[in-house]
Amino acid sequence: MGSFIATRLVRLVATLLAVSFLTFLLVNLLPGDAINALIPIEAQQDQEYVAQVRAEWGLDDPMLVRYGKWLGDAVRGDLGDSIVTSRAVSSEIAHRIPVTGELMIVTVIFSVLLAVPLGVMSAYREGSRLDQFISGGAQFALSVPGFVAGLLFIYVFAMKLGWFPATGWTRISNSISGNLMTVTLPALSLSVIEVAVYTRVVRSDLVTTLKEDYILSARSKGLRDGFILFRHALRPSSLTLITVVGLNIGLLLGGTVVVEFLFALPGLGKRLLDAIFQRDFMMVQGITVFVAMVYVVVNTLVDLVYLVVDPRIRKAD
Amino acid sequence: MDTALDPAAPTEAARRPWIRRFVSKMPWTTRFCASWLIVIVGAAVFADLIPGLADPNYQGFLFGDGATNESPSLTHFLGTDNNSRDILARIVYGARVSLTVALAAVFMGVVFGGFFGSLVGFVRGRTDSAVMAVVDVILAFPGLVLLLTVVTLLGRRDLVVIATVIGFLSIPPYTRVARANALSISRREFVTAARAIGTRKRSILFREVIPNVLPTLLAYAMVNAAVIILLEGALAFLGLSVEPPTSSWGTMVNAARVDLQINVWPAIWPSLALVFTVYSLNNVGDWLRRLRSVRSAAL
Amino acid sequence: MADNVAGSPLLEVDDLRTTFTIPAGDVKAVRGVSFSLEQGRTLGIVGESGSGKTVLARSIMRLNLGSNVTTTGTAAFNGSDVLTRSPGEMRELWGTEMAMVFQDPMTSLNPLVRVQRQVTEHLCRHLNLNRAEARQAAVDLLREVRIPDPETRLRSFPHELSGGMRQRVCIAVALACEPSLLFADEPTTALDVTVQHQILNLLSREQTDREMAMVLVTHDLGVVAGRTDDTMVMYAGTVVEHAPTASLFADMRHPYSEALMRSIPRTSLPSHTRLAAITGRPPDLIDPPSGCAFSPRCPYVQDQCVNEEPPLVETDDPAHRLACWTPVGSPEARAAFEKNLAAGLQQAVAVDISAAPSSTGGVDG
Ligand SMILES: Nc1ncnc2c1ncn2[C@@H]1O[C@H](COP(=O)(O)OP(=O)(O)OP(=O)(O)O)[C@@H](O)[C@H]1O
Ligand code: SF4
Ligand SMILES: [Mg+2]
Repeated sequence: MGSFIATRLVRLVATLLAVSFLTFLLVNLLPGDAINALIPIEAQQDQEYVAQVRAEWGLDDPMLVRYGKWLGDAVRGDLGDSIVTSRAVSSEIAHRIPVTGELMIVTVIFSVLLAVPLGVMSAYREGSRLDQFISGGAQFALSVPGFVAGLLFIYVFAMKLGWFPATGWTRISNSISGNLMTVTLPALSLSVIEVAVYTRVVRSDLVTTLKEDYILSARSKGLRDGFILFRHALRPSSLTLITVVGLNIGLLLGGTVVVEFLFALPGLGKRLLDAIFQRDFMMVQGITVFVAMVYVVVNTLVDLVYLVVDPRIRKAD
Repeated sequence: MDTALDPAAPTEAARRPWIRRFVSKMPWTTRFCASWLIVIVGAAVFADLIPGLADPNYQGFLFGDGATNESPSLTHFLGTDNNSRDILARIVYGARVSLTVALAAVFMGVVFGGFFGSLVGFVRGRTDSAVMAVVDVILAFPGLVLLLTVVTLLGRRDLVVIATVIGFLSIPPYTRVARANALSISRREFVTAARAIGTRKRSILFREVIPNVLPTLLAYAMVNAAVIILLEGALAFLGLSVEPPTSSWGTMVNAARVDLQINVWPAIWPSLALVFTVYSLNNVGDWLRRLRSVRSAAL
Repeated sequence: MADNVAGSPLLEVDDLRTTFTIPAGDVKAVRGVSFSLEQGRTLGIVGESGSGKTVLARSIMRLNLGSNVTTTGTAAFNGSDVLTRSPGEMRELWGTEMAMVFQDPMTSLNPLVRVQRQVTEHLCRHLNLNRAEARQAAVDLLREVRIPDPETRLRSFPHELSGGMRQRVCIAVALACEPSLLFADEPTTALDVTVQHQILNLLSREQTDREMAMVLVTHDLGVVAGRTDDTMVMYAGTVVEHAPTASLFADMRHPYSEALMRSIPRTSLPSHTRLAAITGRPPDLIDPPSGCAFSPRCPYVQDQCVNEEPPLVETDDPAHRLACWTPVGSPEARAAFEKNLAAGLQQAVAVDISAAPSSTGGVDG
């Protein structure tokens, strides 16, 4: 068990290094020199000024040296300064995390709460009308991108019914109810695909589990179906669900960019987009690395959760 | 192969063309989806030849010819958008973008991903670890975020660039799928047998491993094409796919969202086209996968 | 059994048929089985893989899962038919009246649930025990099935136990609510040879101590010998021979039973004697052979066998039932065998070269 965790952590660090290096490469190698972002085209005639700025930003050093410097700062939590606002990238990220984080957490909780009963019903009545309806619905929901769902929700619930604001964000520290009002529609939009994915996973996993001998054996003990479903069958499926939730964080992070853009939420994704439009390469680099890091860390955590929940793995090591 | 599944199948059915037999096994929803895919691909390919289809970039109101946000009529079947452009024409030409990008992704994924994956799954060892390490790192980025970064940094955004970037980023997942399959195929008897009789490695790879990896990869391609179309849609919605005025479904939805209060239809039509195309790909893909798993279970 | 009607058997099965509908057709897994079992008695069901033993047992217990199953006939338990009961009504029997030990202890215990809960969960439900009582009952049960150090074992997960231990746990689970009928479906097939005897002996002992009726399913005639009161041989979903175990072994009449007997390895034979496998493949249950289902593989086959299905009828011994036109040992059988041998029929030739004593059709059990 100890060595399992150790390998995981070594792999985590290796992946993080690789990811940060790849991002650095991307941002620094691709055309569209950073200098274009730093100095307006008109001012670039002034060679002396350009040289001064290049030196100031360390653009003349060899790639690896620059990466080393950047990484050295990064591990100390310093991701550089935005070249547009001059604020520290890390503090901007910290400022935006609560929004994106809340959005993701609410989405996952909501999706799991909806998907588990749907998947269970579907699997329990495999092949029935209900199952066909749920499975068909999930397949359809899987095809509805967040921006389409979001637009639909805005049109119906904000514009026509006026139940929720169409855009904007109220911080939870300002008003809990206001926060709930602003998080509902974005989270719902993100949930459409997530619910579909989770429902399908729970269903297909449970269909297999329900054919296991130990389910039959539980039946032969005279236990109630509900008890068997939730206490015997759902346990292994919940492990699969945890994995899928973890793997799906990537999709979800992508989704938050779109949804934050659509609902004008002051989250990380919106900040990334703004940085992209402003060609703020420090910011792009910082956020990309941060997001990839979160993704990798979450996946490692999922592995570790598995370790805690599944006694077979705990033993095997 | 189909008849092998069901030895009792009447010979008359066997004489029918395979495509008819294939289609006759589809549930009606899948037939419907397959038909839609054929229609949308045909429309995208032959867009220039469709009689009466308007120019997608012609802004009629500038020339006193029609207005913005027109409702459906005989000249504009789906009405016009807030720049008085024909929505149907824009959807048809927008299909080109979505489908080209999906095709590029599938093509590059199957060709390069399929090859690398089969190769490393077959030879294993250091090459395998090295290639998979790279794949894992690329897959460690959330897709859309990586795509956003790359597309922005490239600066230029025409269809070729977008298709290439998305195609390139699809190689890793295909590599992973192909490798997993190649690994299990390399352990099967016929490969061991070929090794035992001294067949050259290269010909085992091309004659035994790759042909057996391919069907799985193609089934995956269907579902992957759906994901790619969603991805391009999101990118376009953010204004980061091909530059205007080229139409793309996501771009159309984004443009229409400003005037949602006034006219929802310019947002609804491209959304429907997008959702339905993705749904069709998923539906047909799922069906193919079921067919395959039944088949491999029967073997 | 308080509500047992005096005189009537505990379990009476009549013309039980179970069919699975799959895309390729109807799999007729059980095709008209009838038998009865008295309280406290044991019945062995023997047959090769695919003969429908598991399906029969699960049909009686109503444990066939899926929507593609049809079961007809009757299975009266304590005088009332279980096949017409609702799942809710079955739940009153499951565990408390009928219980089952499954073939593979690796898969019949939930890998993610501790032994304690698996042993006690139905105790709590059926007997209304509280936690402490249930725990004590579990300790007693594990001790009874000879699991050393039961307190520790209760806290284990199934994978931490050996195969034999797991099967003991399964037996403890099945016995927990004192059922009056226990199905043991090949309880030792998945276990090491050395453990097999211990488990079988444990089952026999519990059966005797509790005066419980038991159905022991196996594909090995050797397992039922000396352990069951009666033995029923199944082939292709039908009963071909049914007799008190002792008289079955003394006077084996059905060619299929004889073939099964011949395929048991015997230590008394010289070590290089070829083991006689049964030639041919088990029959297709979607489209079973016409006439006697065993006819394509039977060394004594004649025209009548292919045309007419032999009914299961009593022989001169009323307790010995048999479904064969020319029972082993009869002159007709001998004649048919010689004829088939002369004609070079594969199944006859195989018998002839593998075991000399059988060529006359007699069994030296
Ligand atoms: N759910 C099912 N669907 C379709 N066919 C089934 C199903 N369950 C069992 N069968 C078929 O019924 C037949 C009898 O199976 P059964 O499991 O009863 O055999 P068995 O005598 O128990 O053999 P074994 O010794 O292998 O356990 C087999 O041919 C099997 O394929
Ligand atoms: S002798 Fe005839 S009836 Fe008897 S088992 Fe053989 S084939 Fe069947
Ligand atoms: Mg069985």
